[in-house]
Order: sequence, then structure tokens, then C-alpha cells
Amino acid sequence: MSAVVTTPSVSRYRQPTRRGAEVGLLLLAFVVGAAAYVQVDLAILGHLASDTVPVLLAIAALLLLAHVAVRFLATYADPVIVPAVAALNILGLAMIHRLDLAEAQRAARNGGVAPSPDVYTQLTWTALGIVLFVAVLVVVKDHRSLQRYTYTAMFAGLVLLLLPLAPGIGAEINGARLWLRLGGLSFQPGEIAKILLTIFFAGYLTVTRDSLALVRTKIMGIEFPRGRDMGPLFVAWFISLGVLVFERDLGTSLLFFGLFVSLLYIATQRRSWLVLGAVLFITGAVFAYLAFGHVRLRVDVWLHPFADEADSSYQIAQSLYGFASGGMFGSGLGQGYPQLVPYAKSDFIVAAFGEELGLIGLMAMLVLYGIVVERGLRTAIACRDVFGTLLAAGLSISLGLQVFVVVGGVSRLIPLTGLTTPFLAQGGSSLVANWIAIGLLIRVSDAARRPDAERVSLEDAPTQVVSL
Amino acid sequence: MSELLLTLLRLGFLALIWLLVIVTILVLRRDLRAPRDARPLVAAPALRGGAKAARAPKPEKPPKVKHGPRQLVVIEGPLTGTVIPLGTGDVTIGRAPHSTLVLDDDYASNAHSRLTLTNGTWVVTDLGSTNGTWIDRTRITGPTPLTAGHTLKVGRTVLELRK
Repeated sequence: MSAVVTTPSVSRYRQPTRRGAEVGLLLLAFVVGAAAYVQVDLAILGHLASDTVPVLLAIAALLLLAHVAVRFLATYADPVIVPAVAALNILGLAMIHRLDLAEAQRAARNGGVAPSPDVYTQLTWTALGIVLFVAVLVVVKDHRSLQRYTYTAMFAGLVLLLLPLAPGIGAEINGARLWLRLGGLSFQPGEIAKILLTIFFAGYLTVTRDSLALVRTKIMGIEFPRGRDMGPLFVAWFISLGVLVFERDLGTSLLFFGLFVSLLYIATQRRSWLVLGAVLFITGAVFAYLAFGHVRLRVDVWLHPFADEADSSYQIAQSLYGFASGGMFGSGLGQGYPQLVPYAKSDFIVAAFGEELGLIGLMAMLVLYGIVVERGLRTAIACRDVFGTLLAAGLSISLGLQVFVVVGGVSRLIPLTGLTTPFLAQGGSSLVANWIAIGLLIRVSDAARRPDAERVSLEDAPTQVVSL
Repeated sequence: MSELLLTLLRLGFLALIWLLVIVTILVLRRDLRAPRDARPLVAAPALRGGAKAARAPKPEKPPKVKHGPRQLVVIEGPLTGTVIPLGTGDVTIGRAPHSTLVLDDDYASNAHSRLTLTNGTWVVTDLGSTNGTWIDRTRITGPTPLTAGHTLKVGRTVLELRK
């Protein structure tokens, strides 16, 4: 190389931290959420509910906490991830509040006692989620330190995934065995397992990607990996089938396998992994359809939602009616009938939004998810180390996959599977786990965007003099 | 609550949630441009690299090319102002640390393009980059000669040959 760069005016620019933009966006996100909350009260009660102001103040305090933590602990992190996620979280709270009011009204009509509102529980989980988000930023100073725990994460992840099968503490709710019940509390350990397994996938592929990418045999013009290198793919496939068979959880099974295949593709940049993954996925899907009644039922309901409307497909049919009555502009918050869909607060919260905010409102929410995923993938590209790249990509792909599977299921694009809508749906485990995942993403993002000048470089540091 | 007010609230809320989305996207747009708008921490030319190069014994003289361009200059992008003296050897551009010009540019590939001197003309070859190599406004499809007065675009970086 004979050419020499003489003026490397690189990295001598002040990288803006964009924390100001984050404050502005957070404020706007809060205004959107508060507007939703207030609109619910005005439409249903005609005045503000007595607890609305304290709830909104609590939310504002939590957002402030999240922002201060990012400002001091991850100064250069991406400015739009936290606001987008916060907006979705508050909208979820507003919708749960709205359904609480509907339940209270129905109870009053029937002369019963109003059930205790779920929004407080969800708010408590939100608080715990944000506290753990801050804790992640405090504890994980550098995401690369997580790579040390690759196999610990795998072990812990698998244990958590299988824990609900243990007799005594495991519990089956609505046909899926994914819950732990200790005392009065129930928790889905699978949600935390998702993060641990993402860490494991990232760490594992960082080490093995070269052999997975380079050693090939050619079959029919496409290069395929050697048999022995395909081992991990098969292991992932068997474990996700195992989750499907023993825990009857279609969603987690799909997410787990999809995540592993996408990360394999990102790590090796070989399309053949996608082909192999698709083949295995189709094989598994056909096998599951033929072998298990509950999978067959899901597919039948998907194909013929109005055939057995009174019974097995009641839920999906009601959800479709909800979307239809919402139309383009929606009925307005508090003015539709989302409570008619069973599990409107959790599995079918997207249908509730579709009905009350219409296609236009729902699209805005999907774009918010899209922005978070895009920022995550951008973080992955910008990140300088392979582990960080894979970790950021894994966390954002798992978020994107979840949203796709849930929204696709509820809107009958794909068969319905039991995954929670991240940040929106009622359910503490999912909310807490997703905030932890966002904490990790912010940590990687901070490392990726931090300018070189801020990093201590050996070359720049003055030589220390040891005086004796 | 009157019907009219509720309708206004309902449409107003849809406008508000889209406002959030649009403002978020505007923030992202500014973020993409950030490196160019940013102020330099120190005056660009006086740099360690330059000083070191001046003090160091002169490397063997690059073989003279008659008439041809002598430098490749970055005129746009985060590395604006960087000058690469041209000899007869190949110049590689990309994010990979072993490239002649190492770009810190998300839109550039690791091995993006190569300039080769063939019969006194610099010829640009795209090395299978994702976003392509562009001469003026055209994406090149094969080895293409680059002459002074035309711009070469790699990712967000624009380069030019100079005498």
C-alpha cells in the first residue's frame, strides 16, 4: 500500500448526546399517554376519575427517573428508544384503565361489586420495570462483560424455560403451562429466559461464527454448512419443539427458533441458514399440526373464524368485529366495545386499540414499534464489537418478532399464538422483561454512539511516572 | 360530554399520536446528519498524524505519475478534508481497518470499492458493497474510469481526484 493518509481528521467532532431531544420526545410521549387517559375518563364518566391525576403524576415521575438514569449512565444512547417505548407503555395503561371502567360499569348494571382495577397492578409492574431498567444501566457498565456469562445465561435460560413443568410450582393457565405460582404471585419465567437466551446466542455465535460461516459443502448450487456445524441449529429446533409439546406454547416456541435463525444469519451473513431454518420450521409446523390437537384447533380457527363463532373461534371473531367497527378512524377511546373480546386487556389488547383508535391510530403504534426495532438494528450496525452487534440485533429482532406474531395473530394474518404484546398488554413478567431488554439495548447503543475521544486510548493517555 | 367535543377529542388524539411519530422521525433525521453539522473539537488541520508524518523520515517517494491526478480528496462526509496521496498502488475504501481509507460510515461496506491505476487512468471497481459505488449520479456496474472533475460516492462519503 503506497498511499498514506496524511490528515486523519477523524473522530475530532463533538458527537451530540441528543439528551435534549430525548427530553422533548419523552414530554410528548407523556402528553400522548395523558391525553389517552383523560379522554377515556371524559368519554366514559364525563369527568376525570378521582385517581387519574395521581396515576399520571406517578407515570411522570417514572419517566423522569428513566431519563435521569439514561442521562447519567448512558449519555450517548439513542434518544428515541426510551420515549417510543414509554409512549406504548402509557397507552397500554390507558387502555387497561378503560377496560377497568367498562368492567366497573357492567358490575354496577348487574348490581354486583366492581372488580378491583387492574391498572394499579400494571402501574406497579411498570414501576418495577423502569427500576430494573435503571438497575441494568447501573450494574452492566459495559455490555461486553455479559459475554463472560454466555454459558451461565444458557443454563439459567433453559432452567427458567423448563421451570413451569416442575410439579408444585408450575401452573397451567388457559391450556398453556408457562406460569410459576408462588403464594399469590404468578410469573412467566419464559419472558426472562428470552433475554438470557439472547445473551447466550450472541455470545455463542460470536465465538463460533467463523466456522459456521466458512466451512461449506455445495448442494445444488447453494453452499450449505457441514453436518456437524448444523448441530446447534438442530438443538435449538428440538428445544423449541419441546416447548411446544410440553408447555403448549406456540408463541415462545416460534420466537425462540426465529430468533436463533435470524442471529445465525446475521452472524454468518449466509443465506443458506435461512433456507435451512425455513425447511426445519415447515417440518416442525407440519409435524405439530398433525400431532397435536391444540395446534390443529388454532389453524382451523385461523382459516374459518366464523365457522364456530359461538365457541372455539368466539375470541378471534369478536376481535375481527372490533377491528371492523373501528374502521379507519376508530370509535374513539372509551366509545367502543372492546370489552366484548375475551382477554381484551392482555392477549387481545391490540384488537381493543384497533377498535378505538382505528387503522390510523393502530398504524401509529406499529410505526413506534418499528422505530424501536430500527434503532436497535442501527445500534447493531454501529456497534464495534461482534457480541454487541449480535446482542442488539437479537433484542430488537425478538421485539419485532413478538409484535409481528401478536398483531398477525389478532388480525388473522397468521394463526393465533400466545405471545404478549410488548409494553401494551397486561402482564407483569412481560413488561418487566421488556424493560430489562430495553436497558441492555440502551447500554449497547451508548457504547456504539460514544465518540472515540471519550474512550480512554492508551496512545493518548500521558505516561505515568512512578516516584519511589 | 357533547358528541361534538368527543369527536374533536377523538380526531385530535389521532393527530397527537401521529405528531409523536413524526417528531420522532424528525429527531432521527437530524441524528443521521449529526456528524456533518457537528462542530470540530479542535481545528482540523493541525493533528498528531500530520505532525508525525512531517517529522518522520520521508518514506520512499511514490513513483511519479505523469500528468495524472496526484491526490484523492474527501469532499463530503465525516472525513471531509482527508487527503490521500496517490502513487501507483491500489487504493481500497471501506470500513475494514486494513483499507487505505478507513470509513467510519454506517452506509459503507467493509470492503466497499477499489481504485486501480490502469494505463494512467484510475479505474474504480465496486467490491460487492451493499449500497453501491457511485460516480456522479450513476451507480457503477463494472470497472469504471474516474477522471478529475467527477465525484466518487461511497456510503455518505464523496471523494474527488485532484492534481
